[in-house]
Amino acid sequence: MRESKTDRAFNIFNYVFLAIVALLVIYPLIFVLSASLSNPENVISGDMWLWPKEFTLDAYEKVFQNKDIINGFINTLKYTIFGTILNVVMTILAAYPLSRKDLKGRGFIMAFIVFTIFFSGGLIPTYLLIRDLGMLNTFWVMIIPNAVAVWNIIIMRTFFQSIPHELEESAMIDGAGNFRILWSIVLPLSFPVIAVMVLFYSVGHWNSYFQALIYLQDQEKFPLQLILRQILIQGQTDDMIKATSESFLAQQLSVEGLKYAVLIVANLPMLMLYPFLQRYFVKGVMIGSLKG
Amino acid sequence: MTNLSKDVGYVENIKKSREKKSFEKHQKEKKNILVSWKKAFRKNWELYVLLTPVILYFLIFHYFPLYGLQIAFKDFIATKGITGSPWVGFKHFERFFDSYYFWRLIKNTLGIGIFTLAVSFPIPIILALMLNEIKSLRYKKFVQTVIYAPHFLSTVVVVGMLLLFLKTDGLVNQIIQLFGGSPISFITEPAWFKSLYVFSDVWQTMGWSSIIYIAALAAVDPAQHEAAMIDGASKFQRIIHINIPAIMPTIVILFILNAGSVMAVGFEKVFLMQNDLNMSTSDVISTFVYRSGILEAQYSFSAAVGLFNSLINFIMLIMVNQIAKKVNETSLW
Repeated sequence: MRESKTDRAFNIFNYVFLAIVALLVIYPLIFVLSASLSNPENVISGDMWLWPKEFTLDAYEKVFQNKDIINGFINTLKYTIFGTILNVVMTILAAYPLSRKDLKGRGFIMAFIVFTIFFSGGLIPTYLLIRDLGMLNTFWVMIIPNAVAVWNIIIMRTFFQSIPHELEESAMIDGAGNFRILWSIVLPLSFPVIAVMVLFYSVGHWNSYFQALIYLQDQEKFPLQLILRQILIQGQTDDMIKATSESFLAQQLSVEGLKYAVLIVANLPMLMLYPFLQRYFVKGVMIGSLKG
Repeated sequence: MTNLSKDVGYVENIKKSREKKSFEKHQKEKKNILVSWKKAFRKNWELYVLLTPVILYFLIFHYFPLYGLQIAFKDFIATKGITGSPWVGFKHFERFFDSYYFWRLIKNTLGIGIFTLAVSFPIPIILALMLNEIKSLRYKKFVQTVIYAPHFLSTVVVVGMLLLFLKTDGLVNQIIQLFGGSPISFITEPAWFKSLYVFSDVWQTMGWSSIIYIAALAAVDPAQHEAAMIDGASKFQRIIHINIPAIMPTIVILFILNAGSVMAVGFEKVFLMQNDLNMSTSDVISTFVYRSGILEAQYSFSAAVGLFNSLINFIMLIMVNQIAKKVNETSLW
């Protein structure tokens, strides 16, 4: 069928409009990347606007010489790895029994869990609880209070329910217990949803700063996001450059370049994982929305 | 006569035996419930073992704080604990309602919430409708890959970028000066706070939020479009009359969820964008709770403020759901 004139106009408008939207989204990201690789003078004067000018890795050198950043990076890695392991295990523990139609009391337990989406004690009672448990300023506080997310239990349960029940039944007839069924039949079939969970949770851990802000006091325990906050938002960059013998103006310039480099370093794992992230995240949203 | 009494006696006997039977049946049923639970437990005890840590987690970290919420009606004294502290009724609520900050907090929280809803909610829908009309798969994929990306940035990074771009000698002000304007101090100017908050939110979330609508649009029956095309409907007409009605249920459900949380403005981003100079427009209930509770240790007072906020959120959700039910016959429950 031939396109009518109005349809063609619509199509052209559509392509152009989406191109502009994509440009608006990507330009700030490219700018940050280029600025981190340029001589800061060009950034401040406005000469650098798209590609790096006077290419240099100075800023990255300073970032990797900074103890706080390295330490924060290691802390975040620790919180992310152990936190995600606990998250995924807990999610499976909750989702598998709740996916079984022959579990007595299933409806009640599900309601017990979903209830917490709508009603929560809020910040202060939770803080007092954590304090009374002696978890303030410990490694555990970054992991245990968020051991599992209700929404993810629902996603995983929906996935488990889509596995044909006959598989489990035939294993039962062969004399396999529930542990065995979960371990050797259900889990091997669940790789896609486990991957989605690992990504959901680990991105969450990597990006979060709230837990740390509320519950941690020692700088050595801070995750990267809190260190970033000090550098980018509170402007605590003095000790990072004072050690160098640069003039005041040069120091100001280094701070500028350093901020852009820090932004890139903080997102490095995300940038590298982005192709996977996008694919599996979209999948996860779909599984979730099927239910909703 | 005797026959009759016999008959009556017979009937009574039947009645009695029936009652006895039903009583026995009842007893049996009671027993059956127990037996069936026992049986269920014996058969699936492993499943209950698996669930135990999860149930303990929810009891401790979600239900116990609910119990602890009673400190909103008490004067919490650490040495006496939650249960032992004296009741004071609505004292903390009254103090909050009478405080100088009350109306400012309500105004800011509601203002940011409504502004976000008005801008951040429709844009992903428009985006999805437009992406759906792109025929070139590669172009579509490219645009999607780009606009999903900011979703993966942390709040600290997004606010950090915002500050770098918007400072007086930053990128945006350089552009303004290029066109002959004079630099604006976006970050410290209270009037700019809401717009910066909302539009950076749009930048970060519009792509990601559009996924769910794109999925809903993929389910539209192509036969409908073919029929409409034969009738001479233009692309635009087909979007209005086929695509939008098709995703209407999704739109309504998400609208209820979003509208229900207009007073639940998140802490993370507001807190990072806040500074001493823009407090008059940037202070919201969640940041106020953080300041008075965590920093100033006024536990009971800030628990009361938090409770007040969750109550309002819950009422909003129910109200919006009720309205949607009446108007559209789609609702959450």
